[in-house]
Amino acid sequence: MNNPYLPYPVRIESVITETEDRNLKTFKLVFLNPEDEARFAYTPGQFGMLSVAGQGEIPIGIASSPSEKGFIKFTVNKVGKVTSHLHNMKAGDIMGVRGPMGNWYPWDVLEGKNLVIVGGGFAFTTLRSSIVYMLDPANRSRFGNIDVVYGARNPGLLLYRDELAEWERRDDINMHITVDSTNDPSWKYNVGFVPAVTKQKAPSAENSYAIICGPPIMIKFTLPVLTELGFPPDRIISSLEMRMKCGIGICGRCNLGTEYVCKDGPVFTLEKLSKLPNEY
Amino acid sequence: MSDMFIAKGNFPGVIEKLMSRYRVFAPVKNGRYQEFTAIKEAGEADLDFKNTRLSPKGLFHPQAERMFEYSLASDDPQAGIVKESPKDFSPRVILGIRPCDAHAFRVDDANFNTDTIKDPWWIRRREATTLIGLACNAPCATCFCTSMGTGPFDASGLDAMLVDTGDGYAIEVLTEKGKNVLGITSGWESASGEIEAKVAGLRQAAEKSIGKAFDPAQIAPRDTLELFNAPIWDEIQFACINCGTCTFLCPTCWCFDIQDEVQGDKGDRLRLWDSCMFPLFTFHGSGHNPRGQKTQRVRQRFMHKLKYYNDKYGSGTSCVGCGRCVQACPVNIDIRQVGRQMASPGCSCPA
Repeated sequence: MNNPYLPYPVRIESVITETEDRNLKTFKLVFLNPEDEARFAYTPGQFGMLSVAGQGEIPIGIASSPSEKGFIKFTVNKVGKVTSHLHNMKAGDIMGVRGPMGNWYPWDVLEGKNLVIVGGGFAFTTLRSSIVYMLDPANRSRFGNIDVVYGARNPGLLLYRDELAEWERRDDINMHITVDSTNDPSWKYNVGFVPAVTKQKAPSAENSYAIICGPPIMIKFTLPVLTELGFPPDRIISSLEMRMKCGIGICGRCNLGTEYVCKDGPVFTLEKLSKLPNEY
Repeated sequence: MSDMFIAKGNFPGVIEKLMSRYRVFAPVKNGRYQEFTAIKEAGEADLDFKNTRLSPKGLFHPQAERMFEYSLASDDPQAGIVKESPKDFSPRVILGIRPCDAHAFRVDDANFNTDTIKDPWWIRRREATTLIGLACNAPCATCFCTSMGTGPFDASGLDAMLVDTGDGYAIEVLTEKGKNVLGITSGWESASGEIEAKVAGLRQAAEKSIGKAFDPAQIAPRDTLELFNAPIWDEIQFACINCGTCTFLCPTCWCFDIQDEVQGDKGDRLRLWDSCMFPLFTFHGSGHNPRGQKTQRVRQRFMHKLKYYNDKYGSGTSCVGCGRCVQACPVNIDIRQVGRQMASPGCSCPA
């Protein structure tokens, strides 16, 4: 019997500081046993449990795309015990990962549809996974238009800035990068909150699905905009964060009604969420 | 229906025989209470008891258990790699478990062992264990098992069930595991018609002595969000001090935490009972807490047991009516009363 609590050992290949406040770092991990990479076959939207011996485990969305081979990536915000320790680890260090866990964005349903991706702050990790996945030459033709509204408080807090610039230059994805404010005169993208920019860019809801991830306040004010644009609740998809331990639907703490967020989520449509107790 | 009978004088011989083949756990008197303990001699087993204070869930899901261990020594090439800790899965018998508590393991199986979820330690312990139950002749005033789909003589979760007839034990064998127990022990005789009649009488008297607490079938069809938003929770939670006693004593509260503990350059990853009564249970690293208020936590416990479980699995509840939480709650919160309120949220009268 496989032990679902036993992490796969991994080596930290590189650590990249993503934001100017140095609170977000991306960890590129390589499996010590190459066969574990196949066991960790994942789909964009899923998460993994990062394990640091002596510290504990944390659930983190997978930031890499399955189209990227040989490694997995996680972008980690420094908030607590495990993440603070992780931020002090360096390339070559050994840690562990369990998973992949949870459900994923419904790629079979999204096939042939236009995608509107709305992200805010550091909740852009599984959205990065999704964008890289959709832009992969093997997948791009499976999807219609892709619009991305991604905002942060200021330019220094945007994740994956090199990739954002690269996507800006492409003609098969419409990027709408925005910051709440900036004093940088050379800033060439949008200035404004995510809900306002979404309203202004007004991506069509026709044959479209929206995926939205971000801080609760951003989600709260963007949902009415999406509704106004014509997105019904079953075409607005979001991903929940909860405190988790087992990650496989046993330990009980991420329970919401009939659902375990770790196993039945973290991806839910707005329609599904409206039927669950709102304790998230 | 009883298969065999044994005089009490011969029963220690049965326990001794079992101990030669199995690890045997039985209720052992510890202060004022009995507690399931691995016995070293037959005389330690105390089968003259109401029920143990702690449920036997810890025999399958220990309160604290080493999951994994690792080295953190800088010169150890395996440092930081997490490895499974040794565990004892050799055959064992749990003797004298009450029918409600055995039924609870079947409720818990729905969480630990499904088509998609396999908790390896739970499953291996279940496989290694033979449950020899003891029917309840004299249920407590706090017992309400008959309202929760089980009962004082419910053998459904057991491999074999003993009934104390005064001068001996009648046994009903239910599974292959139960047959093995009978096969390796001696001193049994066929149960006479007189014994049969006595067992039937004890059963009837025991079942009759337990009142109807509430009807879970009335809660099942209620709208979940309506119940969630019902005004009853403010009143129910008022006295609660979030001590978590109910969840720790409960045979079907399985929630757990995972923590790392380090001593020197060696560490363990531990699985520890946790409780939805504690604010830290859901506390995010960011400071956000989805169940930061006591009302939310109290509601979670009762909704999970009496409503969400049924919503999720289509039948039953995760309460077996053992009454431990009713007995031990320091502020007298009574799940039977809560069940009645959930069955008819408009009415908070005790009937």
